[in-house]
Amino acid sequence: MNNEELITQLTTIQPNLLPETGGEWPNFFVEAADWPKLAQALRFKDDLFFDYLFCLTCIDWKTHLTMVYHLSSTRHRHNIVIKSKLNRETPEIEAVSDIWRTAEFHEREVYELFGVNFLNHPDLRKLILPDDWVGYPLRKDYEDPINMIKL
Amino acid sequence: MIDTPGGGILSGPIDDVINWARSNSLWPLTFATSCCAIEMMSTAAAKYDFSRFGFEVYRATPRQADVIIIAGTIVNKMAPVLKRLYDQMGDPKYVIAMGACATSGGPFFYNTYSVVKGADHVIPVDVYVAGCPPRPEALLHALIALQEKIKAGTKRERIDIDGNKIIEKR
Amino acid sequence: MIEEIGTTEQGDLIINVGPQHPATHGVLHLVITLNGETIKKIEPHLGYIHRSIEKMCESLTYRQFIYTTSRMDYLSSHINNHACAMVVEKGLQIEVPPRALVIRIMMDELTRIASHVLWWGAMAMDLGGMTPYFHAFRERELINDIMEETCGARLTMNYQVPGGVMADIHPNFQRRVKEIIKQLYKKLPEYDELVTGNVIFKARTQGIGYLSKEDAVSYGVSGPSARASGVECDIRKHYPYGGYENLNFKEVLHTEGDTYSRYLVRMIEIRESISILEQLVDNIPEGDFQAKTKAVLKLPKGEFYTRVETARGELGVFIVSEGGTTPYRIKFRSPGFSNLSALDHMTRGQKIGDMVAIMGSLDLVIPDIDR
Repeated sequence: MNNEELITQLTTIQPNLLPETGGEWPNFFVEAADWPKLAQALRFKDDLFFDYLFCLTCIDWKTHLTMVYHLSSTRHRHNIVIKSKLNRETPEIEAVSDIWRTAEFHEREVYELFGVNFLNHPDLRKLILPDDWVGYPLRKDYEDPINMIKL
Repeated sequence: MIDTPGGGILSGPIDDVINWARSNSLWPLTFATSCCAIEMMSTAAAKYDFSRFGFEVYRATPRQADVIIIAGTIVNKMAPVLKRLYDQMGDPKYVIAMGACATSGGPFFYNTYSVVKGADHVIPVDVYVAGCPPRPEALLHALIALQEKIKAGTKRERIDIDGNKIIEKR
Repeated sequence: MIEEIGTTEQGDLIINVGPQHPATHGVLHLVITLNGETIKKIEPHLGYIHRSIEKMCESLTYRQFIYTTSRMDYLSSHINNHACAMVVEKGLQIEVPPRALVIRIMMDELTRIASHVLWWGAMAMDLGGMTPYFHAFRERELINDIMEETCGARLTMNYQVPGGVMADIHPNFQRRVKEIIKQLYKKLPEYDELVTGNVIFKARTQGIGYLSKEDAVSYGVSGPSARASGVECDIRKHYPYGGYENLNFKEVLHTEGDTYSRYLVRMIEIRESISILEQLVDNIPEGDFQAKTKAVLKLPKGEFYTRVETARGELGVFIVSEGGTTPYRIKFRSPGFSNLSALDHMTRGQKIGDMVAIMGSLDLVIPDIDR
């Protein structure tokens, strides 16, 4: 399907999506509470069939956090980008590791680097940083005067 | 071994033989963290063979190794592991810091929160090799420099846990 | 450092493999729960080479951050640089001259051959044979000599820059590539005799570590490990970039999904890469090797994503730019991270002696996983 058909399909499933064009792939902003239902529809509906989650990350805009999910379909070869705005003090979103198994490791990484709490994740612990690390390094307000030597 | 100023009496030649034997059969530990590992493997392969200098066999356990070639970046999570490996090696033991990352943090010096800026913050280093990654010839030069250092007979000064200064002959 | 890792029953044995281990291809710490000799659960502990590259790149300019990716997956360093240069060109709408495109593809394919050959030597060494390691390095040294003449370095070459390549190829380049094609055609049957047809190797790798097609897609596995399970995921074929659309090569697919088919896929891919080199070596177009770019590069506000096929799988570079000289956020979607997440699934119920073979067939490079 091309970008216009994808936009019409997704806005019928989830009416309050905010599509954004201009990039290579259509971007959609979804509320954190509506994400689980949309994820199920994206994965299992036959004409969408987004079975390959190839990038899961988070961006720290200084007033809020944004989760970004890049999805692709091995059957129809179309790609979309789903984004979700999160509150900076209590960032919470539902985990999708039961739908796409690759999300398990990616969500653990976002949890330790940004502090986003994933609800119903099977095993939410630190993955890359040492176990006693304090703070969320990839946030913009992270200061570490001992280790980080400024240029 | 009588220790007089200017060197030992009657013990010089024996020391020389022992040092010659030690320097020509140093067995390295298989320790490599990142990209310098490939250049170390190239040095061990057939074109720049380092077993002609005595580094014949790689040992997997630190108890059987003489020299540890730190090839790659040391990060905060790996530093206790490196210290534990070094403590398990038996005396006399030598350390070569290979590459820019092990010497001083290398390309990862500025603005990183997790890199130890130089392996000598963790264990004492004998020879430093520059390069990112160093050519196999540079690593061979470092190995020959280490062998000459051993043949010259060195003393190492160490401060132990109570604050006493100990001078060891190596 | 072992925390609760789930239910362990009476009589289970928990062992640590790594971080310092001759067979883990880097510093990987695996906590394995065993019942006798059967694996119940493998849990990777990462982070022993986490060099905080993503945070560091937020303070480097668009010409400087490319060198850090050479050190991420150091066995396909040209291909990583290609991805970063492509994302900057996409943002600035720079058109790369045809000569630079062809040189980039040739360097990429030489890197892919060097990486697969080294993987072959390392995998055979993990399973106990020392000889293939020396044969592999003989071919790899020839490729390193080609790289050194043109790019100046053997392992981490910062040769591909936004706009093209940094310098023109050496006059000896075409002659040397033809020589190495001849040498590889002579030596690849030797590789097959040594390892591929070996009865012991086949007994140790056939039927071990099965990964089905749906699981491969769900775990995000890409590259030769997924193509051995039947997933069609070659980025060079399905989302072509940088001149690959004009070339004639096959995507190598097998359906068995076990360790032996992952091995065979890589051996056939070496031959496909050689055929790409043969198509290009006499047809390098004349012209510029680098497009004219401004001295200081500033990407416009927005988000940009490129995907390339490295020797291990799909590498994605995601840049969020706010209009300055440095990126606001960079994310590297590395192939090893997702390939490793499938290791637990593939080794359930296998014996501990097979774990090294399965891990070797996934071709992991640990700095790529930890970034």
